[in-house]
Amino acid sequence: MNNKVQNNRAWLLVLPMLVLVAFSAIIPLMTVVNYSVQDVLGPNASFFTGTEWFRTMLNDPALHAAFGRQVAFSLIILAIQVPLGIGIALLMPKKGWQASAVLILITLPLLIPWNVVGSIWQIFTRNDIGLMGWSLSELGLDYNLTRNAGDAWFTIILMDVWHWTPLVAMLCYSGLRSIPEAYYQAARIDRASKWAVFRYIQLPKLTNVLVIAVLLRFMHSFMIYAEPFVLTGGGPGSSTTFLSQSLTTMAIGQQDLGPSAAFSIIYFLVILLVSWVFYTTIMHMQKDKNSQGGA
Amino acid sequence: MSEIVLKTLAHTYSANPQSPEDYAIRKMEHVWHQGGAYALLGPSGCGKSTLLNIISGLLEPSEGDVLFDGQRVNELPPEERNIAQVFQFPVIYDTMTVFDNLAFPLRNINIPDHRITPKVEEVADILELTPLLKRKAKGLTADEKQKVSMGRGLVRDDVSAILFDEPLTVIDPQLKWKLRRKLKEIHQRFNITMIYVTHDQLEASTFADKIAVMYEGQVVQFGTPQELFEVPAHTFVGYFIGSPGMNFMDATYRAGEVIFADMALPVPQKFVDAVANTESSNVKIGIRPEFVSVHAAKRDGALPARMRQVQDLGTYSIVTFELGGQTFKARLSEGHPAFGEDIYLTFDPDQLGLFVDEYRVEVTS
Repeated sequence: MNNKVQNNRAWLLVLPMLVLVAFSAIIPLMTVVNYSVQDVLGPNASFFTGTEWFRTMLNDPALHAAFGRQVAFSLIILAIQVPLGIGIALLMPKKGWQASAVLILITLPLLIPWNVVGSIWQIFTRNDIGLMGWSLSELGLDYNLTRNAGDAWFTIILMDVWHWTPLVAMLCYSGLRSIPEAYYQAARIDRASKWAVFRYIQLPKLTNVLVIAVLLRFMHSFMIYAEPFVLTGGGPGSSTTFLSQSLTTMAIGQQDLGPSAAFSIIYFLVILLVSWVFYTTIMHMQKDKNSQGGA
Repeated sequence: MSEIVLKTLAHTYSANPQSPEDYAIRKMEHVWHQGGAYALLGPSGCGKSTLLNIISGLLEPSEGDVLFDGQRVNELPPEERNIAQVFQFPVIYDTMTVFDNLAFPLRNINIPDHRITPKVEEVADILELTPLLKRKAKGLTADEKQKVSMGRGLVRDDVSAILFDEPLTVIDPQLKWKLRRKLKEIHQRFNITMIYVTHDQLEASTFADKIAVMYEGQVVQFGTPQELFEVPAHTFVGYFIGSPGMNFMDATYRAGEVIFADMALPVPQKFVDAVANTESSNVKIGIRPEFVSVHAAKRDGALPARMRQVQDLGTYSIVTFELGGQTFKARLSEGHPAFGEDIYLTFDPDQLGLFVDEYRVEVTS
């Protein structure tokens, strides 16, 4: 079919990358794999357990509950942050000093470390000295996130929206800025309504950045740890205990290295799987559109 | 259907214009008649696109009026002007099919579906887009996309003028020619005013009946391609139209002769009188390369010049020569004799032009 010379030495060029990835990801991961199939009792006492830890973990009702909460949390914040981010990006000024000012203001939450975000909101929502907690109480609302699971959820979601919607907004803003002016001009000449401009010009041109935004936000939110840990500590009860926190409790609190290693691997695979399925589906949909064109 | 009049129009992008240089469009008057095929020709940055955007309403002129059929439309947005515009880079709605793209302007004004379909099919037929109607617009080639952009202008019954802003820039040369012919066909069929912006004189003269040449924010000449060639109204038109452009010699009057670089130019007496009578110090004699004759031997009334280069372009040659320290060009037909370094020039006296302050002055005896 082609007369190109087959030269497998080209693979050598991949070698440096492979070494790098080996040290940064594969080897550390292998230690986890190692723990996940053994019961470690002491420095020189460990037994091979096979898939036992995996089976235990997969059948653990507490983890099922945490997994359910985790999925719910990710879905809720995606459903809020993506439309909200698009909306903010559409409303942001396009040029001049206002654009820079708004951009900086919007980026600020992204620059705050996770723990600090948790602390800020912890104080912010306190009934005695927190602005939000105090105001809500003064309004006569029975707001208390240490007692009421609904309040805890509401606050964590609000906190995450505050912290991360700017990322979605910034991605969308950059996507919007890259649309050539001629599209808007043509749309005016075609007498397109604002909605039609959004639906047929802006949204299609945003597809790529939205894929990135959704992927990043999904992965991030699925691994969320520090903010809820600082804010609610996973409570009240275990109502806001997400997967990361369950894992930490198990690994560090209880020193259950084997089960938590197995759990880590399952956790990792779930994120990988969901991201991969999402990404390939979207890419496939786009390809479909193209090949529909080619047929 | 409308006549487009530009009245004392000027436009500036600067908030506080001081000099004429601050204006993208300098004070101008112009009339585009209903049903004409026009070209707006000029170099990059001369204000062509600005002028086009003012006509379509994407820009509001800073001074003067735009009149459609005598009615002032300055403040009307493009949506209310019955004008279509095709841009340099094809604008298509990616996620829609070709059919939906073409139907889009009609759907936006709530035309019922049973009237949209025949109209879209008609336009698709003219533009040879029928086999593509069901395809997504995203996968089309550049020329197909540009045809879709044009089609969106053609589907509307209410369009009185279509403006083209260098629409063939992204199209391959062979297809360019085809699309240009298509445009011409459409023009004849629909009797729509068309204004075609380009910097390519060939494109302008094959498409348009009349060409407006723009230079530094002004229309310096409006005429047929032949007029632009034969009687350029401005030195810029002489230089820009024709290949190569016109030769210009700075002329002064001295003792009964027209002098260029210390040489008496062989020009008719009426030119001598005209140069003598002008008060400006910016006087030029222009001659197109086609009307310069080159001789190998000395002869009466011929100017001695130094040969620099002969470019053989197949059916004709371009001779570059030096005269009075400047280089000029002559265009000779095939089969001219070989020249040495010293050559002698004569000018066709009927084809000389006199330009005072860059504008052509008719010389009468």
